[in-house]
Amino acid sequence: MSRATAFDMTRRAFGAGLCLCCLASPARAQNFALEEVASSVFIRRGVDAEADAANLDGIANIGFIIGEKSVLVTDSGGSLADGRLLRRMIRDKTAKPISHVVLSHGHPDHFFGAGAFLQDKPVFIGHHRLPEALAARGEFYRRRLVGLLGESNVGPVVMPTKLVKEQTEIDLGGRRIVLTAHQPAHTASDLSMLDTSSGLFLPADLLFVGRIPPLDGSLSGWIGQLEAMRKRKYGPTVPGHGPARVDFGPASAALLRYLTILRDGVRAEIDSGGSIEHAMTQVAQSERAKWKLFDDYNQRNVAEAYSELEWQ
Amino acid sequence: MTTRLATAFLGLCALGFIAPAFAQSAENSPDSPAARESRWQELEKAIFHGRTATPSSGVVTLEAPNRAEDAALVPMTVTLKSADKVKALWLIIDDNPMPVAAHIVFGPAADPREMKFRVRVNDFTNVHAVAQLQNGALVSDAAFVKASGGCSAPMGQSEADALEGIGEIRLKLAGPAQPGVPVEAKLMLRHPNFNGMQMNQLTRLYTPARYIDKVTVRDGDTIVFDMNSGISLAANPVLSFGLVPRSLGRLTVEVSDSSNTHWRKDFDILRMTD
Repeated sequence: MSRATAFDMTRRAFGAGLCLCCLASPARAQNFALEEVASSVFIRRGVDAEADAANLDGIANIGFIIGEKSVLVTDSGGSLADGRLLRRMIRDKTAKPISHVVLSHGHPDHFFGAGAFLQDKPVFIGHHRLPEALAARGEFYRRRLVGLLGESNVGPVVMPTKLVKEQTEIDLGGRRIVLTAHQPAHTASDLSMLDTSSGLFLPADLLFVGRIPPLDGSLSGWIGQLEAMRKRKYGPTVPGHGPARVDFGPASAALLRYLTILRDGVRAEIDSGGSIEHAMTQVAQSERAKWKLFDDYNQRNVAEAYSELEWQ
Repeated sequence: MTTRLATAFLGLCALGFIAPAFAQSAENSPDSPAARESRWQELEKAIFHGRTATPSSGVVTLEAPNRAEDAALVPMTVTLKSADKVKALWLIIDDNPMPVAAHIVFGPAADPREMKFRVRVNDFTNVHAVAQLQNGALVSDAAFVKASGGCSAPMGQSEADALEGIGEIRLKLAGPAQPGVPVEAKLMLRHPNFNGMQMNQLTRLYTPARYIDKVTVRDGDTIVFDMNSGISLAANPVLSFGLVPRSLGRLTVEVSDSSNTHWRKDFDILRMTD
């Protein structure tokens, strides 16, 4: 989610979330269903909703990969409570040590679960630009999330302990995971992962399926990164949001279509002297029926894109 | 000083999220229309030295979104009828920490029919556009904007990135400029407009405020406008305005910020092609 976005509905959500006592109940844990998307890779599908007290900000696809020796957490969850549920699920499946926790980028629905894994003393892996992103925004996100979920459910902002500058490999025991740091796209700190043994691709929020993608890095960059990834012909893929497992080809084509319509629409507005507010109401409306939460994000995306492209 | 102030304001921001859920209906709550109106009257007194602005019937019109999609980038448009009678304009965001977003004094080369701003909005707030006419009278229009966190919202990038290219000045014209013919212009200023309310979590320090506080646009020696501004302008401020080019069409833009840095750029507007 881009700055402030997950929390636009704070006021409404607060009204619904007064009963902070009944959060993280066993009933909630039952909803925490895992899907085995590849051998020994388990993913919890996030709900396509804004963060609120009922979903504990469990809105992103998170999960884990079990190797012969240890476990890697692909993304930690949207809150301490969400991360704890994930950790419980890991312990249900395996007693192997949790050696790595990936922080795929600097958005709260992906990194606030990290606090649940501090006790495991894993390596927290992030993009080399993640520390600055967390430094600039972590506390802001935390305060906002505390307003929604309550202090005890949110947890700390955990900084990465290992940074990826270009590419790095992790061996979980007979299972090599390749992590790639991307140029600004969805955010300025996007990491993607490839599980070399199963061929499963995990681009985190570089890929949204069904839920409108918020733009918080660079529109031109995101389009470029997607085009480059498409040339690599990935197959089974875990998107950051949407179904736990999709085929990269068609899923990335849909995202690329939206981002391209957004870019071309905004460029046309800028070139014809259309104002930013005019662009916000006009651009990409043809995509409205194709994405969940379209009305919550499209106008923001247009504004972001406009302020990026008008300087080009 | 900045840091302490910022902390206090952040406290207010946080309260802003919670209070309305409980207190919306209470007549004496800070969010009741009456309380907002009395805050405006206090502000009005302070800004206009005890004078009051009359809600105008169409002389000044403020267009602002009812719900801001991005609180750190809220477009607002002020339209002025009988533009020739307008001397100055204020854009005031009542509940922002520094309410006066911009104060503009028009010069002879201005065509003050319409001005577009992009601002930060920190909380649900009334916004006022106040115009001063040549005879000294003050007229106003108001809009209510639902937004929150626009001031403490962190920059999209790191501090270093945000400072890259600081001071770059661009100007775009809506069409070819001709002497004596009003034309719309868009002024783009590369500046992070740090407002002192954005915290770096590693250092636990607030990025010190550094914002554009003065912009002067003139054509030759003739003023188009002078603007004093504050932390309520969005990062990389963009301003649309009207001007009437003089015969030489030599537009000069001078910008200074709160750390006393100055930038200047000249535009040969009669020969500009976009």
